[in-house]
Amino acid sequence: MVDEPSPSPSVELLWWRGCPSWEQALERLRAAMEAVGLDPAAVVVHEVETDEDADAERFVGSPTIRIEGRDIQAPAETATGLTCRVYRLRDGRISAIPDPADIRDALRQGIERSSR
Amino acid sequence: MNADGLAIGDPAPPLELPDTDGAMHTLPNPGDAPATVVVWTCNHCPYALAWHDRLLDVARDYAEAGVGLLMVNSNDAQRYPADSLEAMRDRHRAEGWPVPYLHDADQSAARAWGARTTPDVFVLDPDLRLAYRGAPDPDHERPELAAGWLRDALTAVLAGEQPDPHLTQPIGCSIKWRQ
Repeated sequence: MVDEPSPSPSVELLWWRGCPSWEQALERLRAAMEAVGLDPAAVVVHEVETDEDADAERFVGSPTIRIEGRDIQAPAETATGLTCRVYRLRDGRISAIPDPADIRDALRQGIERSSR
Repeated sequence: MNADGLAIGDPAPPLELPDTDGAMHTLPNPGDAPATVVVWTCNHCPYALAWHDRLLDVARDYAEAGVGLLMVNSNDAQRYPADSLEAMRDRHRAEGWPVPYLHDADQSAARAWGARTTPDVFVLDPDLRLAYRGAPDPDHERPELAAGWLRDALTAVLAGEQPDPHLTQPIGCSIKWRQ
């Protein structure tokens, strides 16, 4: 009997070139995926280039990471647009990039949801 | 070495901008201040916000030595309302900054200085020549770095020496130009 591989959640990173943080966010995301047993190459990276794109994608700022279509951190601002996102690390520091622990937790929750 | 049009050793372009209460600010006259720091910043950028307290600490720590620090916001407030003059004023008052927050409404200062990001740090020597340009320190996520590049630059300028490094990569959100 062969075990069925557990389904992987969809992982998406949306970015805008006006914020340099996306590459570091992608590194952090791939490291988190590896840490929770997901293939880091499976992340879908999507550049948001125009205000129209931002509206269509419900993009509230760069970088945005979505697992199974769900934002890993509820955004403080809900207005869409080409801007940079402000994240709070777990110790309260402001950052341009989400906390690695928040990314890992969101991935684990995504794995649970996708395997139901 | 060149820093986007403004090279180390070049005279600083003139700067004449209103603060959040409408008072005009300029650079000091040559020889009147041992060093002057001009920082492009804004209200909405995570990099600017993360480095903000470190920059204000520098302003406080070097005030006694006669170093002046000016914060400038040049972002297009039409598209980024968080950077409107009203929002700048509210923040400046609420947070009790020890330095003026200047409004570059027509973005002419940012263009003249070649400012690219928020933050983007310029240190001038007593003769108002560019002595340091770049980031406050290497990492916006590490408050313990305490704007070390900026502090080292100021220490050098106050000692009459050339900062090392004198040019680092400014890291932050792009200045939001009018379209």
